[in-house]
Amino acid sequence: MDVAEHRSPFAGRPARSLRVEPAWLVIGAAVALVALLTLVPLAFLLWQSVRTPEWAGGAARTTLDNYLTAYGTGATARLLGNSLRYATGSALCAFAIGTVLAWMNERTNTPGRRLFFALSLVPLVVPGILFVVAWIFLGSPRIGLVNVALRALLGTDRTFVDVYSMAGMVIVDGLHQSPIAFLLMGAAFRSMDPALEESALMSGASRLAVAARITFRLAWPAALATLLVLFVRALESFEAPALLGLPAGLPVFTSAIYAAVHRYPSDVGLASAYGVTLLVITALGVWACARLSDSGSRYATVTGKGFRPRPLDLGRWRLVAAALFAGYFVLVVGLPLAVLLWSSFQPFYAVPSLAALSTMTLEPYRTVLAYPALGTAVVNSLVLAVATATIVMALTAAVGWMVVRARLRHRALVDHLASLPLAFPGLVLGLAILVFYLNVDIGVYGTLWILLIAYVTRFLPFGMRASTAAMVQVHRELEESAAMSGAAWLATFRHVVIPLLKPGLLAGWVYIAIVSVRELSSSILLYSPGREVVSVVIWELWENGQQVELAAVGVLLIGALLAAVGLAQWAGARLQAARIA
Amino acid sequence: MLSVAGLCTDYADARGTPVRAVRNVAFDVPQGSLFTLLGPSGCGKTTTLRSIAGLERPRAGEVAADGVVVYSSARRVFVPPNRRGFGMVFQSYAIWPHMDVFGNASFPLRAGRTPVPRAAVRDKVMRVLAAVGLDALADRPATRLSGGQQQRLALARALVMEPRLLLLDEPLSNLDAKLRERMRFELKRLQRELGITTVYVTHDQGEALALSDMIGVMNDGQVVQVGTPRAIYERPATRFVADFVGTTNFVVGRVVAHDDVRPGHVRVDTEIGPLCAYAGDVLAPGDAVLLSIRPEDVELVAADRRGDNVRHGVVDQHVFLGEATDVHVKVGERVLLARAHPRVAAQVGAAIGLALDPAKCVALKAAREPSAVA
Repeated sequence: MDVAEHRSPFAGRPARSLRVEPAWLVIGAAVALVALLTLVPLAFLLWQSVRTPEWAGGAARTTLDNYLTAYGTGATARLLGNSLRYATGSALCAFAIGTVLAWMNERTNTPGRRLFFALSLVPLVVPGILFVVAWIFLGSPRIGLVNVALRALLGTDRTFVDVYSMAGMVIVDGLHQSPIAFLLMGAAFRSMDPALEESALMSGASRLAVAARITFRLAWPAALATLLVLFVRALESFEAPALLGLPAGLPVFTSAIYAAVHRYPSDVGLASAYGVTLLVITALGVWACARLSDSGSRYATVTGKGFRPRPLDLGRWRLVAAALFAGYFVLVVGLPLAVLLWSSFQPFYAVPSLAALSTMTLEPYRTVLAYPALGTAVVNSLVLAVATATIVMALTAAVGWMVVRARLRHRALVDHLASLPLAFPGLVLGLAILVFYLNVDIGVYGTLWILLIAYVTRFLPFGMRASTAAMVQVHRELEESAAMSGAAWLATFRHVVIPLLKPGLLAGWVYIAIVSVRELSSSILLYSPGREVVSVVIWELWENGQQVELAAVGVLLIGALLAAVGLAQWAGARLQAARIA
Repeated sequence: MLSVAGLCTDYADARGTPVRAVRNVAFDVPQGSLFTLLGPSGCGKTTTLRSIAGLERPRAGEVAADGVVVYSSARRVFVPPNRRGFGMVFQSYAIWPHMDVFGNASFPLRAGRTPVPRAAVRDKVMRVLAAVGLDALADRPATRLSGGQQQRLALARALVMEPRLLLLDEPLSNLDAKLRERMRFELKRLQRELGITTVYVTHDQGEALALSDMIGVMNDGQVVQVGTPRAIYERPATRFVADFVGTTNFVVGRVVAHDDVRPGHVRVDTEIGPLCAYAGDVLAPGDAVLLSIRPEDVELVAADRRGDNVRHGVVDQHVFLGEATDVHVKVGERVLLARAHPRVAAQVGAAIGLALDPAKCVALKAAREPSAVA
């Protein structure tokens, strides 16, 4: 009998034994799946970008034409310029808003900040397309509520805001991304050792000097990392560029890819060339982020101590700060939701007025509830959300265990592999998967499976973060003591690892389910008629000019998502309480 | 009972570079005795323990318990930790927060390969919980135990499956000083009563001296001396052992001759004058040596006393410690530390005599750390 080589997850070097431990079967399968999901689309995207289409008169051949087309004209320079301007602007906008709010929330005594903290996370739940549409209702030069209201108020016919511009794109996307900056910077401020600030106070520095010279300096690595994250996310974002940028003649990479696929005949090769370019930029950004967080650890300001420093007393400025909070809330939650709600009760889009008040109707809701595609789309979205979240969390629990626990030489590689989709803009990933399953016909094209594959790939990194973060908190000895108690690997995993990880895995599950429902940029390239998801239905309604129906669907969707988040929070609190009691 | 031979273990550090944590470690632990691995942090004692447990895979060597080989590089044997049947108490106790006290203690009986009948589980668990004084808390969630209770629960969990071997990884280091002292004796009592072979890892020399039947002192991945607590303390084999275990005075000197009267002793010309000392190494005239003299073996005598191994100096400092008093005596340019009964009152600046028992002055070859005396 041959002696099989295997490695024990508890030790670093290979040894020979007749048994293959079940740990390696499970983990091996998971790693293989991750590799398949992440590397295959990447390879095909690269391959496709150097091919001509098969039906363009003759067999496909390998060529650099796509790149020549892409780079041969000044259009690409403009595309690159637009993309960079847009991404930089959006990142700076989101960062400025998020950082000020985070500082006020974590380090000052602004009244009502706890409430605002909870409320300002609402935009994270609102799908990007609804946020952008709401801002079109508000800021379009012709029908925009803000313009109409100001015109009536001031008696002019000037246009005050125009969302169909670079500034409009930057501000709308920046507002939508600002909660991310708020969360990341808030975490940075929160995890800072208060002794660092207090010792500056004891040295005689004023509170504002402490904020400027200690707090913000210490937050600098976090700030840089946050800016990079925002920049990459803005580069990948699709909704604002497509809905605001394309009508204004301001294409960026994502909208250009979409346009290339959706023109007739569609030019997948050109789209792939754009996709590869965008991928290179985002990959550089993600790589820089990773480098930064590595070198940032020397700033290690996190101490496990739980006490909070005395917040900065703003004095009379407290009210100004509270007003800033309130104003922010109005801009990102109040106005957009209000305008959607208003529109959803109108027979056709109208600016709020007394006359319009009298025409209020439930007609849009009746229309959308009878809309044939909507029911299917809701079911599809739910099925995809549950399946994606379950698969991703199961996969990343196994892979995450391997990255955190098993002492293998190449475990970091596995982590990078699972994080690879971070660099894939949703649209590029959609394109890559589209290209792959068009060429490799295994019957998934045109079904929900292709969406499931895209979602699982896209949200793998999120699951990875949730799983590894949960796992790092579980002391290694908790597992080793199970092994010493005679439990085999599977028993240890079932009785010790999974129960301890449950809250973390559950939180990851809920998050992935929610982002799956919101997902648009991959779905938009991969859906086929009868296989729509909710976000695609919203997109179609917009394309068809059915604004009030869109608003009705939006209101229902946001309501359902908020209810789901509330339910998850309640369940999480119950779970936590049950563990402490 | 436990026999460790030629054990070498590497592990990869955070950057993935292999670290030679344990080199050529060997020792035997007889049935029912308590063996302590003592050494500073990073000396490889925990890695050695984890290699015995099977939580680390050694690079070479052999580990056998009760005549059963659980690891052997030559015979390509590696029994995974869950099949070794050893009990272990971890430094962090590793009490599972999602189970109650009973759940934690009964886990080894429920998760093992040979499940124990329910009734027997209850019986065994309650018996072991009673032994550590936790039987009244069986239903309490594990998160609501104090540090000392967690430590005892960890011990109960390690003992419940009646292991062949008990491994303890600094089990007392997370307790406060008073509790540590109490648990030290409780641990010893339990170990004696059960007659269980135990390997104990600690960096606390007081703990090691108080608890152990045998001590193996480790430094830099190697065992430098194995012996009874008394032998380790009174006859340190190396400068490291003398320095790490207890407090000592080091005096440099050169061997003049073997002593005619006392076998095994040498006459040494030292920086504080000629002394007769016990030869801790094989020594020849002319060898540079280091004398280790424990402070409590430095006897303070009247300044006018004369004799072999009596030196004279001046009281430099006098520190009252409560249970003892430390007197620093300047002999020439050297300051020697003498630990005396607190009633001894020495005047700073007064002349004083120091009587040094030759048997308690251990001469070690200088500038050489003998490797693996074991």
